[in-house]
Amino acid sequence: MSTRRDFLKRALAGTLVGAGGTASGLALARETHPVPPEALGLLYDATLCVGCKACVSACKQANGNPPEFNTADPLWDAPLDTSGHTFNIIKMYRNGTMEKKDAETNGYAFMKISCMHCADPSCVSACPVSAMTKDPVTGIVGYNPNKCIGCRYCVAACPFGIPKYQFDDPLGRIGKCELCRHRHGEGHYSACAEVCPTGATLFGKTADLLAEAKRRLALKPGEKAVYPRGRLGDAAAPGVNWRVEPDQRYEGTVGTYVPHVYGETEYGGTQVLKLSGVPFEKVGLPNLPPYSSAATSETIQHGLYGGLLMPIAVLAGLTFIAKRNVKPEEGDEQ
Amino acid sequence: MNDIRKTFDPQDGLEWEGPADLEQRLALPRRDFLKFCAGLAGTLGLPAGAEAAVAKAIESAKRPSVIWLHFQECTGCSESLLRAEHPTLEKLILDVISLDYHETLMAAAGHQAEKARKDAMAANKGKYILVVEGAIPTKENGIYCKVGGHTAIDITKECAADAAAVIAIGSCASWGGMPSTVPSIPGADSSPTGSAGVAEILGKPVVTIPGCPPNPYNFLATAVHFLTFGSLPATDKLGRPLFAYGRLVHENCERRAHFDAGRFAMAFGDEGHRKGYCLYKLGCKGPETYANCPAIGFGDAGEGNWPVGCGHPCIGCTEKGVGFTKPIHTVAKMLNVAPPLQYPRISEDIGKGSSFASAAALAAIAGAAAGGAAMLARNLGLSHQAAELEKAKEAKPKAEA
Repeated sequence: MSTRRDFLKRALAGTLVGAGGTASGLALARETHPVPPEALGLLYDATLCVGCKACVSACKQANGNPPEFNTADPLWDAPLDTSGHTFNIIKMYRNGTMEKKDAETNGYAFMKISCMHCADPSCVSACPVSAMTKDPVTGIVGYNPNKCIGCRYCVAACPFGIPKYQFDDPLGRIGKCELCRHRHGEGHYSACAEVCPTGATLFGKTADLLAEAKRRLALKPGEKAVYPRGRLGDAAAPGVNWRVEPDQRYEGTVGTYVPHVYGETEYGGTQVLKLSGVPFEKVGLPNLPPYSSAATSETIQHGLYGGLLMPIAVLAGLTFIAKRNVKPEEGDEQ
Repeated sequence: MNDIRKTFDPQDGLEWEGPADLEQRLALPRRDFLKFCAGLAGTLGLPAGAEAAVAKAIESAKRPSVIWLHFQECTGCSESLLRAEHPTLEKLILDVISLDYHETLMAAAGHQAEKARKDAMAANKGKYILVVEGAIPTKENGIYCKVGGHTAIDITKECAADAAAVIAIGSCASWGGMPSTVPSIPGADSSPTGSAGVAEILGKPVVTIPGCPPNPYNFLATAVHFLTFGSLPATDKLGRPLFAYGRLVHENCERRAHFDAGRFAMAFGDEGHRKGYCLYKLGCKGPETYANCPAIGFGDAGEGNWPVGCGHPCIGCTEKGVGFTKPIHTVAKMLNVAPPLQYPRISEDIGKGSSFASAAALAAIAGAAAGGAAMLARNLGLSHQAAELEKAKEAKPKAEA
């Protein structure tokens, strides 16, 4: 028979289990993973971008993606956002009369939207079958359609809204930028950086790109500076020999920057970095804390499930409630 | 259209000559002459039917007097004009207009030549067209260019005083062009001779036909516009006729599709260059240069015959501050981004809001579901009640027993 004594005993046990779960959660708390030292990435400088959309076109070609029509006449590839068939897109910020480029008021600006290749990606953390992976050396967040079960947790997990599912295809897959890793073997790097006429999109080691970004931020607006195009430095990747290109550096005019490299700290660091003349939040780059949600969620999840503590606690609670609600028949006691 | 006809009202005093006279004078079949007139009207962007007005104006026996001055230049502008091919332009230049003074083309020399200029100016006071070719040096009071003992500054001012219209042909006359280039010598802040354009010397805007050399049809169309309408065509703020200099080279370029697709020639003679890819990375100034070169070509040698068509990047010769100023292989600044509506906004509304039909259908489904659930609950309740009654019935006999 259930007595007050039994009830208190069980309640105490439940509290202990709960406390144990929290304690182990703290013990398992993990830091946000850093960017791998040899990580590859892109640097997009909105002040250099001329909006030619060559990168969008090249990306489609390199990844074998079909055009997406959104205009009255289905003539031009005109995606409105990244999608399962559009991994890279140039968006336009518009304000007022749109007279001046890279001006917040009465101006316009471009922003390239594609995978940021986070140091600690949420999509990889959320994926239940490790179809989303992060390369330990290059840091490229890759996708394996053969492992994918189509749950689309990655779509929901990404703070930038990048992985997108091909809903129009009965055998759809996730589509996202993988830095053209399928072309690395041929010595080609990211197609968007390869074709960029002004070097607004630059391919290279994230560490080099960050240094280049900081160099630009230190320049005086309006003065002349030399800008690289295509691939920056000797962005070495294991077993990859980048094809030799002519020196494409050119002299340009320094733009006015927001004094921050987006991606240096955001979300614990991303391998794709951005520079802009318009505040980042206004060009579609969210204001994110300097740690990854993957770290937070894994801390909570691993804490709760570590040593099966939470299931035991829940089971204990359920058992208690069930036991309390069982009314013993009068005949049983006799 | 009415306005065009009105200009040629016989009461204007224009005298017409018969077709036979014209053919003789121009040594040109009438059919070819009308084709030429239609071509010029097209270059000017005039509406259909305007070629008749142009033809009548050119047929007029009253040929306007033209005084053509040469200063710091290479005569390339004159040469370009003489090489215009459809039809034999020299006939039109010499017969349509009365070229009373042109140092390269006139037979006269020395005092005879100077007299021809003075006579033409006196005879056509306030009616002649002054064309200036070449920059005008200003340093040391303009002593670096003298004709007949007079400086270029003095001659320009003298001729412009009584001119009906002043046209600056070529980049040199337009703003100083190549002679005004500041040498790359440390400390240099102006060209050695201080070259300037006509507008700067006269202190008032003039029509400019920049280019190195300019397209002959741009000049000819401007002159014929003056003949036809009695006024010079509308210009931009640099004095360039809008019909010819209203759009960027980049906008009409035949290689534009390669730019949009990111296909660039990386070096002269490479695969991309041989395939005719975009020359932007080789320093093409098309994106910051206003001219109609890609639209009408050069030298009447067929389509694609202009600098970019031949495989060399545009050097921006019609644009002050670009041509002869920026290094040829420096990357151009993109002046405009067209068309801006082609770009998705930062956050684009995708999909439509619910339509009345879809909302109604959804409401119907929701209502049916709610009703079904209510009925299910009611039936469950009823079956429970029935079960209770059964139990009670069974219990009663037991209790009685």
